[in-house]
Amino acid sequence: MTRPEQHDVQALVGHGFSRLKAATYLLLRIADADPAQRWLATLPLTTVAEADARRGLQLALTASGLRALGVGDQLLQGFAAEFLAGMADPGRSRRLGDVDGNAPQGWSWGGNPDDEPHVLLALFARPGDLDDWQRELTTTATQRGLQVLTTLASAELDDREPFGFVDGISQPELDWDGTVRRTGELDPAYHQRIALGEFLLGYPNEYGQYTDRPLVEDPGADLPDTIDPDHAGAKDLGRNGTYLVFRHLAQDVRGFWRFLDRVADGDAARRQHLAELMVGRRLDGRPLAGLPDDFTFAGDPDGRLAPLGSHIRRANPRNGDLPPGNDGWLRRLLATFGFGHRQIRGDLVAASRFHRILRRGRDYGPQLSLPDALAPASAAEPERGLYFIGLNASLARQFEFVQGAWLASGRFDGREHESDPLVGTRDRGDALTAGAEFRFVDGGTRPQRLRDLPRFVQVRGGAYFFLPGIRAARHLLRARAQR
Amino acid sequence: MQPQGNFTIVARIRAGATDALRQLLASMNVRPGVVDPANAIVPFTRFPELHFARLVILVDRTADDLRAHGRQPPADPDLLAFLGDCDRSGAQLLDRLAVEAAPGLRRLFAFCEGFDADTDLRAWMQARSLRPAAAYVHYQGRTVVQAAQEAKLRRFLEDWLDANGGRSRSTTELHAAMQEAVAGAVAAGRLELAPLTPMPWSWRLGQTVHFVGGLLVALLSLPVLLLIAPLFLLFLRHREKTDPVVDLPAATDHVAALQTIEDHACTNQFTALGTVKPGWFRGLVLRASLLAVGFAARHVYGRGRLARVSTIHFARWVYLDGGRRLFFASNYDASLDSYMEDFINKVGFGLNLVFSNGIGYPRTRFLVLDGALHEQQFKRFIRRHQLPTEVYYNAHVGRTAVGMDVATAIRRGLEVRRPSPARAAAWLALFH
Ligand code: HEM
Repeated sequence: MTRPEQHDVQALVGHGFSRLKAATYLLLRIADADPAQRWLATLPLTTVAEADARRGLQLALTASGLRALGVGDQLLQGFAAEFLAGMADPGRSRRLGDVDGNAPQGWSWGGNPDDEPHVLLALFARPGDLDDWQRELTTTATQRGLQVLTTLASAELDDREPFGFVDGISQPELDWDGTVRRTGELDPAYHQRIALGEFLLGYPNEYGQYTDRPLVEDPGADLPDTIDPDHAGAKDLGRNGTYLVFRHLAQDVRGFWRFLDRVADGDAARRQHLAELMVGRRLDGRPLAGLPDDFTFAGDPDGRLAPLGSHIRRANPRNGDLPPGNDGWLRRLLATFGFGHRQIRGDLVAASRFHRILRRGRDYGPQLSLPDALAPASAAEPERGLYFIGLNASLARQFEFVQGAWLASGRFDGREHESDPLVGTRDRGDALTAGAEFRFVDGGTRPQRLRDLPRFVQVRGGAYFFLPGIRAARHLLRARAQR
Repeated sequence: MQPQGNFTIVARIRAGATDALRQLLASMNVRPGVVDPANAIVPFTRFPELHFARLVILVDRTADDLRAHGRQPPADPDLLAFLGDCDRSGAQLLDRLAVEAAPGLRRLFAFCEGFDADTDLRAWMQARSLRPAAAYVHYQGRTVVQAAQEAKLRRFLEDWLDANGGRSRSTTELHAAMQEAVAGAVAAGRLELAPLTPMPWSWRLGQTVHFVGGLLVALLSLPVLLLIAPLFLLFLRHREKTDPVVDLPAATDHVAALQTIEDHACTNQFTALGTVKPGWFRGLVLRASLLAVGFAARHVYGRGRLARVSTIHFARWVYLDGGRRLFFASNYDASLDSYMEDFINKVGFGLNLVFSNGIGYPRTRFLVLDGALHEQQFKRFIRRHQLPTEVYYNAHVGRTAVGMDVATAIRRGLEVRRPSPARAAAWLALFH
């Protein structure tokens, strides 16, 4: 396998710029395509090869952005259907839980065609270095045919998300060296190392195949050659690029802790324990009591340690392709025909490896300490939350699957009326995503349930972007000139 | 417990009447994808023995794929399919429909050939009933009424646990207390739990005869099968290498139409139609495969899963035009994407076995290998062959198949007398 050209991959794929504590996301719209693309093409995008850059600049484009740049239909059709339809498309809203109070109509950006971003510029710098640079970029952008739709400034990076949990612990391990070779054979084990093609287009994925992406039949184009034998000779516009999911999620930190304080009758230890059960990790990030450091849930099939519906257990069930314990060819054969488990729900959720996401988001808003969070909100309560950024090669199979089938679903894993305790929508009735309950186990045997969970996370905006490789970015930004 | 039956009526739509029929069907919905269960055409709520029903217009959008085999696609008429799964035989349900839904059904079938004001509705439907080549029931014997009662029981016990679970008690004490609470609620008329009778002896006898007979036939034909196996494999491999694969994206408007009616509740409908590869060989392989699938569905599965998939409530495979075409209809939980994931990652072999005999299917090896594992090709194949279900009725809205299994297990476990502590603990885990 060809080693990925790290100088052609935007750095965000490789890391989250954790040394650069300040970040701003500029969401832009293209008003005048010619100057806009000429300017965008000059931007020095940071690549994975630049390990210790003092600034990071990343560029991503939505489908409407590509259209505004004049990218032709034929090329556009090479992109994923979900990307072309966009995050706010009504059919997917029902699946993603973007309904009722989270419906796109109520978003502050991205929910309607006229407030959809075209371009995302992500700026990373040291705290003192960001402001001037950002001002300069914004000014130039507006002079070069771009409009600033929104400026989303993140909080200075620390390791805690706004509810107070250590975040950013579990990530799939990128297989830069190409040691993961899949052929489609079932793998009963869970692995943290995942085929590169799950996170970068143009490389083999967990099926050992190449995720759909735009190809260009122009030998002269300055684009990577495809390594996909089915399309030998073509230029690969997708290669070294990936899809970027951006979700602007407001967190009701007071609502979260005040709710838990109420159900815990003011008992601080109990309050924290309930919060940790909801997340599936302790506040300080350690696994829940009883689980080892590099845990899976195989030893906890009934959710006595980590509730079956806890956030991290939904977001990554950490299982292999078969129910645990099916080693040896006979057991595997039996398991293939459905005889590898005894419990009703023992094989409902499987094959995590096809549903991993690289999380690269940052939080925003002023921090709120726990004691303060228990006080009621002030009149001018500032918003806080998470700019969720997820990278994946297949929006449908990765982000949308995790968000829809696992997090938002009110019927995940045979449960009822229960969507994700952190990000669930809490709508009622029979909707796919209805659920305002949370079940867990106390003392090893006593089933417990919290009811009427308020909505802790509100969607304020979102969009699907394409995060191109460096050469692909240049190619796309020349689209008009070439027509 | 009561055995489940099904009916499948397929009728030719009069030339030019499809659009008007589609409008009438749409009038049965409160909005696209959501039926009015008490609508005037087929008032589903009047049939408490009905689990699922659907009305689909079968128009083969992929008919042209036959050209890949060098043949001209015939001009097939549009068809109306009316399907249901119920707690009695399909014929019995049709009898009831012919009486209780006559005015609406007459309006509906007036769009079909051979139906006019004087037609005997019952006989007309009977004449257009098809027997599925294979059918799957997620949980044989569980009636609509039982499922609803058990769902209420599950909620009742969860509420009870909220109020009383906190007191420290052993698992067996908890079990006993819950038993008592339910007995009280039943006595007070707040819960209803009709006793579970065993399946009728006639059904069990039929099953046994079918099972033994099937095994015998298999055993007797084994020598012949073994004899022709090498030749068969040679033939098969040749076909698999040369059969054309039709890998086209589903049209954007088609996908949009399908998505509009999906994901309105936790269970979705799936209907797909395709043409069988021409020639006797694929026709034969398909018949044998469906025989095997039907046999397994009837005797091996039917208690909570079809091979590894536990999200399908009911499914059926039905031949059209004497085997030239096949349609598949199922009721599954969660989104189509997760359904397709199950297809690929859990039962790819089963999908391959059947659908690789359909035109255009992704390349297989030895009938069961690869195929669906061509992940994206397979997903395109599925979407292209899928048809919008015009009307979809589900008596279990808001309940998943597995959710119902959990409720049934809760009920059965509740009725156990004096369980051991371990057994009581395992039972309580159903509430986790
Ligand atoms: C404001 C909303 C959210 C909050 C507060 C939140 C919080 C957390 C926390 C505290 C963790 C544990 C730390 C870690 O393992 O890194 C975690 C893990 C995770 N979250 Fe979220 N999350 C949010 C939204 C989402 C969304 C929208 C997704 C995806 C659609 C997601 C996917 C994940 C995944 C995949 C993991 C890692 C699970 C694992 O591999 O064990 N989260 N989240």
